[in-house]
Amino acid sequence: MPSVGAEGLSSFAPSAGFLRRRRLLAGLFAALLWAAAALSVLITLAIVAVLIGESLPFLEEVGLSAVLLDTVWTPLFAEPRYGIWALVAGTLTTTLIALALALPAGLALALYLCEYAPPRLREAAKPVLELLAAVPTVVYGYFALLVVTPLLQGLIPGLPPFNMLAAGLVLGVMILPYAVSLSEDALRAVPRELREAAYALGFTRLQTGLGVMLPAARSGIVSAFLLALARAMGETMVVTLAAGQNPRFTFNPLEGAATMTAYIVQVSFGDVPYGSRAYRSLFVVALGLFLCTFAVNLLATLLSRKRSHRGA
Amino acid sequence: MSSTLPPRIRRARLLELAFGLFGLLLPGAAAFTLLVLMFDLVRSGLPHLDWDFLSAFPSRRPERAGILPAWVGSLAILSVTAALAVPLGVAAGLYLEAYAPRGAFTRLVEVNIANLAGVPSILYGLLGLALFVDGLGLGASILSAAMVLALLILPVVIVATREALRAVPRTLWEAAYALGADRRQTLLRFVLPAAAPGILTGVIVALSRAVGETAPLVAVGALSFIAFLPPSPLRPEPPYVDAEWLFSPFTALSIQMFGWLSRPQPAFHELAAAAGVVLLALALLINALAIVLRLRARRLAP
Repeated sequence: MPSVGAEGLSSFAPSAGFLRRRRLLAGLFAALLWAAAALSVLITLAIVAVLIGESLPFLEEVGLSAVLLDTVWTPLFAEPRYGIWALVAGTLTTTLIALALALPAGLALALYLCEYAPPRLREAAKPVLELLAAVPTVVYGYFALLVVTPLLQGLIPGLPPFNMLAAGLVLGVMILPYAVSLSEDALRAVPRELREAAYALGFTRLQTGLGVMLPAARSGIVSAFLLALARAMGETMVVTLAAGQNPRFTFNPLEGAATMTAYIVQVSFGDVPYGSRAYRSLFVVALGLFLCTFAVNLLATLLSRKRSHRGA
Repeated sequence: MSSTLPPRIRRARLLELAFGLFGLLLPGAAAFTLLVLMFDLVRSGLPHLDWDFLSAFPSRRPERAGILPAWVGSLAILSVTAALAVPLGVAAGLYLEAYAPRGAFTRLVEVNIANLAGVPSILYGLLGLALFVDGLGLGASILSAAMVLALLILPVVIVATREALRAVPRTLWEAAYALGADRRQTLLRFVLPAAAPGILTGVIVALSRAVGETAPLVAVGALSFIAFLPPSPLRPEPPYVDAEWLFSPFTALSIQMFGWLSRPQPAFHELAAAAGVVLLALALLINALAIVLRLRARRLAP
């Protein structure tokens, strides 16, 4: 058997130069990847910095109380008023209508998919939900303005062409796939022993679902609907097109009223001179929107973390 | 025989059956609603859909208006978005899966990515307005729009990359290490190619969302009435390529549709429907491609 000498082996060993180059590249590569990950944190910081930085001068000029203690929003009038509640009311009303539709329908669908549906139907449902989520929001806006509103006008005489009811309902349809797929995940995370124990006690599937699965997945489901809620608050096109662009402090779904997002779109769809009052008012509204959605998202995250701590 | 059962149990069985039927009806009702809506969109839009519509510029006269700058703009923005978001997102995903030490920084990045996914898209648009359009002086351009959309889909790309990397068998990593490859070589030559189909699927899903986005583009200054195309990226003389188009004013299919919908005249609403059909077809096609890719990858997997 021919033996390999020391020189024979060393000719296979990588040269010192190769190893040095490789080490250098490895370090460079790791640094690049780190920078990419750090960038994502920078984005959040930039959003917060921009929103605060651009609205602070505005808030200093008009005062925080003018924004928070008034219900008339007319920042572009000759005698401007900055009561942001007029926009918040629109956002809240449309969002709550959306939730009133999406909550029962979403719960029922998730429960059905999880407890009743044969595996084949369940497999088919996922891609369908995904396709639904891919419908562009401006297309939903078209539906709200030109299909749902005329339909509702047939049912409710005197309904204005811009109303929060149609916008809210379409918003509900829009967040439905999202709410269903998140609640389904929460239901799926319940240990199967719980379901089997219920069956062993003679529960029907409906009793199992309502009496065992839903309570067990409670925090996950609440967090799913909070995330859906935050999405509805931040949605733009449906409410801009269907609820109108007139800031009005009202919670009546049969009236039209601008939401926070609708105001931003309405103003920025024109030409906004940099640093003008219109420009700054955009960022004040945006800051309000950011705080609202951030609070709801944070609540959702805290709830789902509680669930994972309990180990359910 | 069931009539001898206690009423409580009979009621439970009845409810059980009722919910089963209701559950069958509910997806049916949802599908029906959607079909009615689609039908309405297609019925209003289809008569306008022809070559003239695709190859004409917008016009004040509805019968002569078209969506040429809109779909050219959408494709241009989408390609730049992908070129920006894919390397950044994949790199961040690689870092989190293969390099990140357990610690405060990693947790911060992870929580942050989850939070970014919940930020309303219009706020990304305002970030772009302050930072790219006015701050960097890029103006209301294709590049500004694409940068905003890239930031918007970055969390989706990162999450998809991480999931695809996690699906690669550990044995592949170990085999590469055993052959003397270092971490970079293992990732670039073995793990990343194995994860590529999964990453691609995630990227495509993210792009199908980006193509329908309207609000952030409005915020960075999209125009709904453009009577010209961005300059060509190719030039007859060296260096043959030109980046001028990146700084061109822009519109997009979603913006064009929104612009027409904001007008009161019904004739423009029909044009909006036609643009909507094109936009919807584009978004659903891209998404269906991702679903097909995923199903195929699953079938090929051991």
